[in-house]
Amino acid sequence: MELNGAMVTDNKEFPGQILQTPGGGIVVSTFDNIINWARSNSLWPLTFATSCCGIEMMSVASAKYDFSRFGFEVARATPRQADVIIIAGTIVNKMGPVLKRLYDQMADPKYVIAMGACAISGGPFFYNTYSVVKGADHIIPVDVYIPGCPPRPEALLHALITLQEKIKSGLTREQIREESKA
Amino acid sequence: MTNEEIKNFITSVAPSATFDETGEWLNVLAEPATWKELAQRLRSSSEFQFDYLFCLTCIDWKTHLTVVYHLSSSVHRHTIVIKVKAETANPEVETVSDIWRTAEFHEREVFELFGVKFLHHPDLRKLILTDDFEGFPLRKDFEDPINMIKL
Repeated sequence: MELNGAMVTDNKEFPGQILQTPGGGIVVSTFDNIINWARSNSLWPLTFATSCCGIEMMSVASAKYDFSRFGFEVARATPRQADVIIIAGTIVNKMGPVLKRLYDQMADPKYVIAMGACAISGGPFFYNTYSVVKGADHIIPVDVYIPGCPPRPEALLHALITLQEKIKSGLTREQIREESKA
Repeated sequence: MTNEEIKNFITSVAPSATFDETGEWLNVLAEPATWKELAQRLRSSSEFQFDYLFCLTCIDWKTHLTVVYHLSSSVHRHTIVIKVKAETANPEVETVSDIWRTAEFHEREVFELFGVKFLHHPDLRKLILTDDFEGFPLRKDFEDPINMIKL
């Protein structure tokens, strides 16, 4: 895996070469690329929402937008089976430890999407409030940020696809951390 | 039931009460000493039957606090607003949770956010804030330099 490599922007293409031989073929690739490709196409989101962004997230899950087209259909009610947490809504100080615990309980590899102004910076609650965390990335590392209040469902779909591209490129926070360890 | 009749009744129970009819509902400004008896009478008397406390909150006027009660009757379909004055330094108001059960949680909320002590409340603890939270965050003079970015 190449650190700081180029972003893979083609979702459909198989990461490798297929060499035709008589009676079959040979696939040439690397395990990292194949694993990332496989993982990115089956991401199970955690059923987790703290405010109105959650309504938009539900909309993305349902028939009109339908994130199952991109491999996100298996929304899990337990962090132990989830791959990606979409922080959909305001994180208050009291919710902070809960969010941290949920993230810690998720199995590796795990990814984080910050959906909406509140999850990015506290949004409308940035000033003059005693109870709101000014950005969920104060608590857990975030891979993709989506602006909006709340973001359109299309924006969440775009973020999900961006996350897939980051995973295939080996550029999510966790992948970079793992790479730095080795 | 007309506002005049309600006003006459309230004056007979609590002579010090003052009224304000500029809003949608009749506003009553009552003294804390007379409030508990007034509440009981409003709830139990057959002609008023204010059996529903649909809002209990508090306002910080900087000089003093007022605890605000919105009452209505599911029998007679009338509504009044009662405001009870409390001092900023040591606000104390009698509980009405024995009259309207819903007040138990509302009073806990006002207690944690404004610091109003509701006397004889059965379980006056913080409701939503953490137990170790210090200060009353909805008071106008509340300061929290760690969590709060002032505009």
